[in-house]
Amino acid sequence: MAVAQTTQTAEKASPVAGNGAGPSGAVKIAEFTKEQELQALRQMLLIRRFEEKAGQMYGMGLIGGFCHLYIGQEAVVVGMKLAARDGDQMITGYRDHGHMLACGMDPKGVMAELTGRRGGYSKGKGGSMHMFSLEKKFYGGHGIVGAQVPLGTGLAFANKYRGNNAVSLTYFGDGAANQGQVYESFNMAELWKLPVVYVIENNRYAMGTSVTRSSAQTDFSKRGISFNIPGSQVDGMDVRAVKAASEEAIAWCRAGKGPVILEMMTYRYRGHSMSDPAKYRTKEEVDRMRTEHDPIEQVRKRLLDKKWANEEDLKKIDASVRAVVNEAAEFATHDPEPDVSELYTDVYR
Amino acid sequence: MPTEILMPALSPTMEKGNLAKWLKKEGDTVKSGDVIAEIETDKATMEVEAVDEGTLGKILVPAGTNDVAVNTPIAMILADGEDASALKDGKPAAAPPPKPAEAAPAAAKAEAPAPTPAAKPSTVQAPAVPVALEPEVPEGTELVTMTMREALRDAMAEEMRRDPDVFVMGEEVAEYQGAYKVTQGLLEEFGARRVIDTPITEHGFAGVGIGAAFDGLKPIVEFMTFNFAMQALDQLINSAAKTRYMSGGQVQVSMVFRGPNGAASRVAAQHSQDYSSWYSHVPGLKVIAPSNAADAKGLLKAAIRDPNPVIFLENEILYGHSSPVPKLDDYVLPIGRARVVRPGKDVTLVAWSMGMTYAIKAAEELSKDGIEAEVIDLRTIKPMDTATIIASLKKTGRVVTVEEGWKQSGVGSEIAARLMEEAFDYLDAPVMRVCGKDVPMPYAANLEKLALPSVAEVVEAVKAVTYR
Repeated sequence: MAVAQTTQTAEKASPVAGNGAGPSGAVKIAEFTKEQELQALRQMLLIRRFEEKAGQMYGMGLIGGFCHLYIGQEAVVVGMKLAARDGDQMITGYRDHGHMLACGMDPKGVMAELTGRRGGYSKGKGGSMHMFSLEKKFYGGHGIVGAQVPLGTGLAFANKYRGNNAVSLTYFGDGAANQGQVYESFNMAELWKLPVVYVIENNRYAMGTSVTRSSAQTDFSKRGISFNIPGSQVDGMDVRAVKAASEEAIAWCRAGKGPVILEMMTYRYRGHSMSDPAKYRTKEEVDRMRTEHDPIEQVRKRLLDKKWANEEDLKKIDASVRAVVNEAAEFATHDPEPDVSELYTDVYR
Repeated sequence: MPTEILMPALSPTMEKGNLAKWLKKEGDTVKSGDVIAEIETDKATMEVEAVDEGTLGKILVPAGTNDVAVNTPIAMILADGEDASALKDGKPAAAPPPKPAEAAPAAAKAEAPAPTPAAKPSTVQAPAVPVALEPEVPEGTELVTMTMREALRDAMAEEMRRDPDVFVMGEEVAEYQGAYKVTQGLLEEFGARRVIDTPITEHGFAGVGIGAAFDGLKPIVEFMTFNFAMQALDQLINSAAKTRYMSGGQVQVSMVFRGPNGAASRVAAQHSQDYSSWYSHVPGLKVIAPSNAADAKGLLKAAIRDPNPVIFLENEILYGHSSPVPKLDDYVLPIGRARVVRPGKDVTLVAWSMGMTYAIKAAEELSKDGIEAEVIDLRTIKPMDTATIIASLKKTGRVVTVEEGWKQSGVGSEIAARLMEEAFDYLDAPVMRVCGKDVPMPYAANLEKLALPSVAEVVEAVKAVTYR
């Protein structure tokens, strides 16, 4: 009985219900220039091809432990990054490879961390879920669901303390949105008017538990209401909508008005992690998202429709992205493991 | 060149699986993301997605095949422009599938200088941590008697004057002047930007402090008491202690978590607990527990400057105790160095924080009976100054530890274990531990007294190990 009800509700909830409204509530439609479309395409393709390769390498036993792929959600991080500026920080949970690539981190270093090699961003000591780049302002890569939310709020605290006008982009999922520390953070962020955009990547499933089975309030953009934090739902499959909402949210933060919540309506095509057969959703649901809402196909279609590119051009882009990913995979396969002396380094300084 | 599709592993432990079904047939066009087959193990069914684009040239393992080893080629994909002639013998032009998991360590071995059995990770020696020497206090230095509370406040104020990145946050630290008045006067001097009242939200503000430290600030996070820090334990351990390591040394968490620890008086089980051993278990943390005003000042200043996360355990009862503090411009003590407080030849007493009050009184009692106890104030729980304890043991042959914490897995247990491992031959008697009793702290005055260690118990333990 309960199960049947849940299924019905899930059917009703459209994954792309968002309108891209920012804190002001105004609906934004952001047309991209040709260059912006091409940039978004390259970045999203890089993430997708990288993740496909990571999945393949996991299957070959080159990547161990947990490996959470970002396939399907590419428009979220790419759209956000297009609106951010140098100095803005990014922090997220364990589904983090896409965020790192969007921050401009070297795919070789990311892949080598996945394979646990010395050339990885954490010298092979962090793995898929724990990678950082202070240079690129990427603060991890956190394996405990929700823990990155106070940490990202702390980055915003540092921005305000220093008066440097930077904004913290703090990402978490619909699952983490039910953690208590998220609301402790919301309270402090609004109380102290901290410059933080809380980006809730609602991919509809916290591992195998759907939003409707786990959340009393399934509209996560409303989760800040009791703290007076504005929020909006955004079509997280459309990179243009993400960028528009992100621009407005970041501007709100930079103006000293405090935090903003953006709920990105998105979808992951793969299982929660590599070992998840994803039996909790139908094949049709996944197929529908892939064929009707794919973030990359949307850009490709616009480029072709507007005659800004032809199939040949797009093939070339794909080939160049594949070359980058293959180079990363090659490096990550042959880079040596960390020297045994690294066991005891980096515990203290 | 045709691309092989290999039998994938669903998990790092999977070695083989069944090829249940092909969803594409030879000659079909495939693109990235297309599901081409289904595989099964005893645990799950999983789809195999194509990573490369082209035409499914040849199926090498037919549907229904059981026990296909991971990494076996199961099909070949032809790229644009290739035809089936590239598939002679049904084998790829490429080399047989690599065994990367093995190939890689081999590469690592080649790099390592002269690999010997001793080079195995399990036998890699932890580097010795150098500890600075106790600074000399110049002769004639004025000693100012002050409470531990004032010493802690002065330490914070001095460091905040010295470094604009240092700030204090916690419950009631600013306008209320500190729940235990440790932050008295700081708001007036440094303002609300650097002395920050938080909501009652330990998990959250500990995380906010750590996030600020990620970005290079040097927070002092006050817990009203360490009992409440249990709410923040995940952030302290998973975010503060481990991030330097997990980031390969990139991200530093230079900060202090401080506040009263251990039993106060008549506040019962949830507010009376000693966390010394809890935090000392965790690599990446330093743990300090001073017993007097001078150590409190010198070690808190050191903790604030330390590039690592430091757990600084104070004690509510000791806040009001006065003792002399050297009047110096910059009195900083080394973290990780114990101090011999009272020399003796018959037995070594090791204590810290509140435990020192029992140890010192017991030593005075014992002296009346002709037993001279050497008393060591450990001061830092982690890293532990084992060398000072062993040097004393070599003189006395006997050690008794004193702590308010529970016995099992306590700091005393750690000291006993280290002495067995590193100085067994010098022990003339078993190490004895005087600890808090193995019960939640009772409220009734008589029971509370029984639950805590006592001078009498220390005296008794010493008599046992000296066979008197």
